[in-house]
Amino acid sequence: MQHWPRLLVAAFVVVLAAVPLAAPQFWVTLGNYIGLYSIAALGLVLLTGVAGQTSFGQAAFVGLGAYTSAYLTTHYGTSPWLTLAIGLALTAFVALCLGFITLRMKGHYLPLATIAWGISLFYVFGNLEILGGHTGMTGIPALSVAGIDLKNERHYYFLIWIIVLAALWATRNLLDSRPGRAVRALKGGLDMVEAFGVDAARLKIVVFVYAALLACISGWLYAHLQRFVNPTPFGINQGIEYLFMAVVGGAGSVWGAVLGATVITLLKQVLQDILPSLLGQQGNFELIVFGILMVLLLQFARDGLWPWIQRMLPRPRMPPVPDAAPLPARERSRVSGELLSVRKARKQFGGLVAVSDLSFEIREGEILGLIGPNGAGKSTTFALISGALALTSGEVLLRGESIGSRPPYEIARRGIGRTFQHVKLIATMSVLDNVAIGAYLRGATGVVQAALKLDRAEEARTKAEAARAIVRVGLAEHTFDAAGSLPLGKQRIVEIARALACDPALLLLDEPAAGLRYLEKQELARLLRSLKAEGMTILLVEHDMDFVMGLTDRLVVMDFGEKLAEGAPAEIQRDPAVLEAYLGGVA
Amino acid sequence: MDLTIAALLTQDGVTNGAIYALLALALVLVFTVTRVIFVPSGEFVAWGTLTLAGLQLGKAPGIVGLLVGMAVVAGAMEAWRALRAGEARRLPRALALWCGIPFVVALLLWQLAPLSLPLPIQVLLALAAVTALGPLLYRVAYQPLAEASVLVLLIVSVALHFAMVGFGLWFFGAEGSRTPAFSSASFTVGAANVSVQSLLVIATSVALIGALALFFGRTLYGKALRATAVNRAGARLCGISPEFAGALTFALAALLCAFCGVLIGPITTIYYDSGFLISLKGFVGAIIGGLASYPVAAGGSLLVGLIESFSSFWASAFKEVIVFTLIIPVLLWRSLTTHHHEEEE
Repeated sequence: MQHWPRLLVAAFVVVLAAVPLAAPQFWVTLGNYIGLYSIAALGLVLLTGVAGQTSFGQAAFVGLGAYTSAYLTTHYGTSPWLTLAIGLALTAFVALCLGFITLRMKGHYLPLATIAWGISLFYVFGNLEILGGHTGMTGIPALSVAGIDLKNERHYYFLIWIIVLAALWATRNLLDSRPGRAVRALKGGLDMVEAFGVDAARLKIVVFVYAALLACISGWLYAHLQRFVNPTPFGINQGIEYLFMAVVGGAGSVWGAVLGATVITLLKQVLQDILPSLLGQQGNFELIVFGILMVLLLQFARDGLWPWIQRMLPRPRMPPVPDAAPLPARERSRVSGELLSVRKARKQFGGLVAVSDLSFEIREGEILGLIGPNGAGKSTTFALISGALALTSGEVLLRGESIGSRPPYEIARRGIGRTFQHVKLIATMSVLDNVAIGAYLRGATGVVQAALKLDRAEEARTKAEAARAIVRVGLAEHTFDAAGSLPLGKQRIVEIARALACDPALLLLDEPAAGLRYLEKQELARLLRSLKAEGMTILLVEHDMDFVMGLTDRLVVMDFGEKLAEGAPAEIQRDPAVLEAYLGGVA
Repeated sequence: MDLTIAALLTQDGVTNGAIYALLALALVLVFTVTRVIFVPSGEFVAWGTLTLAGLQLGKAPGIVGLLVGMAVVAGAMEAWRALRAGEARRLPRALALWCGIPFVVALLLWQLAPLSLPLPIQVLLALAAVTALGPLLYRVAYQPLAEASVLVLLIVSVALHFAMVGFGLWFFGAEGSRTPAFSSASFTVGAANVSVQSLLVIATSVALIGALALFFGRTLYGKALRATAVNRAGARLCGISPEFAGALTFALAALLCAFCGVLIGPITTIYYDSGFLISLKGFVGAIIGGLASYPVAAGGSLLVGLIESFSSFWASAFKEVIVFTLIIPVLLWRSLTTHHHEEEE
């Protein structure tokens, strides 16, 4: 039954449409507010639930949208549709500035900055006479669509919910696309996404701006629904409530936004009726319940309520990935010679020299093993090549071009694909989606195209490319399984498939055999040999001597940050210096 | 503006700045040891003032009930954990700690409130009540999530801020309170009129900061907290329990916040929801220090106090806007000086 989700959405839309036709005024009003809150909360679902960032400034962006339209329509008689565009431009500018300043730093600076910004804007609204001060502005004109005046709340309801559904649709599209996969992967660590060419800081700013724009639309709708604005609904408390909606609903799914907005709005309604009479005082006592509810939810059900509902829904069966033309591929150079050369590379951590003036090169089409005892500097060398660490001095050249100390996403762009020693897959995403992250650099779809579903041709090719990489490494039967459900050995193979999907000239493998069983190691060796036969160049950092000896063309042995020996595996096995380092001079 | 006004504003700014500095130290302490961004600190400040104001009126404030309620929850959580781990013999000590101390504080407060005791004793009572809440809050709300991300802990903090504002309204009502000044004396230095109250506030802050420095530099517990801040896993391997470190940190932070409340009470009228803005000013100071450096955080707080005081003279309606917009250039500067990617945890 692959059509279940569509049927459910259709049923939801029918129920939605029935509300203004049949329900009493009270429910229509409530429905309008739930719709407005859903739009703002949807932005936070994307920002908090998916991208792992958070903002308390959502209400301030709602206010920016509302006040822009209120001011321009009442003072200059500007058309509300034009003020929407102006509001969006203004919001995008502010969000870009805030994002640029905070998102390059640790995750907690953005929320703190948004608290400060939310409070500042609240006081600006409240103290500027031209914005009506604390009393606000009245006389905002009603919207009219195709000649129909939307003065009646029942009519306005349709506009709000059409926009909610459109926002849900666009956000869902976005999540299932090239930029969306990268956003979902942000939680897996910046190292990982950057290794596949994603500029993580830029992407986080884009998501923050997207969330702010949704908030702005919500505010614009609010202003023309109420036809009156004052600062109160845009204060920091409302900003916090938006975040609560996203967390209660379930910050990982677009439907969580609607669910969270509904639950919080209805709960607030009920609590405001009950609590004051219960406590014998007037006041916002629902704050107490919301606060305690949130703490309990975070302690016991951090993913919110949506996953509970999702478990009750039937799961659609996934159709096989249809074949499609390959994505543009890198030109393979057929010249043999050096592909990558490390020249006098040096890395110091304070007084500790982890890698000391190391030089070696990797030739086209070979498997080079980098081995050495614990603490020899292998992983540091790997990090210097992949760009995870900056060189203290020396050079790393890829086909003669210096790539040392460049950010990982630029190194990935030049054709280096890598795996991680500690597997970095997104556990909840399917194997297919995980591998498709590898193909990020081979696509060009941007956020707008993705949201409007204009990326289907490229998306089909990306999925087909990922599916081919999965078949190539022999995991076809796991294509749609959640990556986290596979055993470690297979997860390592998924990492290789993901690296292959980026069509690398050089494959860097960081201890791929660690933790594998004997048979899994043999599988892996067979896979690497077949990749070499297809012309792939591979650098293997490894611990397991048996594995390395049978597989590699040449070995570089490191000890104490320096090169101890270099040569064919058979030579290395007889090298006295190597025996000394490994066996402590017994030989 | 003439010299007299400038001197007056400076005095105000330094006095407030000294209070924000105490708060900023509490915030840096809590963040470095537990990774919690302690947003509800503001409510601890407000409750310090309001509890003292309640005692002045001879009323045992509602905080007594909350102390008892949270102690019962904390005790139940400890009992559940001890029974599940099969360590029932450790239970009496845990119960004495988690229920006994709060019960004693609550009983004292309840019995002594109507007696109209002298101000210093009432101050001690208010400090004890608010301080006792700190570890309880950590035990009940944060400790079960100690391994969660900074982001989750931040959302918990904001949720607790919400809940505490609601409780504050319930316990203390919507009217604001001021506590009596410790001294109404003043003297003149050149063009400036210096109030003894301001000097007292500054002296208390400096003394507390000095005491903290001694605590961290000289005592085993202080060193244990510093070790936990540097490396939680390592500290744990050395036998420092992260739960203990967390509870101790929250006790210290709550004490500092309560002091802030007592010091700020005679200067400003405090309402049940005044805490948030106060704590955010502490945060601006703490962020200037990168949520890591104590001296820079204290200096930053002093700056916040001065900017606030001078902007209240020039553009009183926009004083909050000016103070909070200050955070933007600070963050920009930090962002530009942060070279490498800072990974979460």
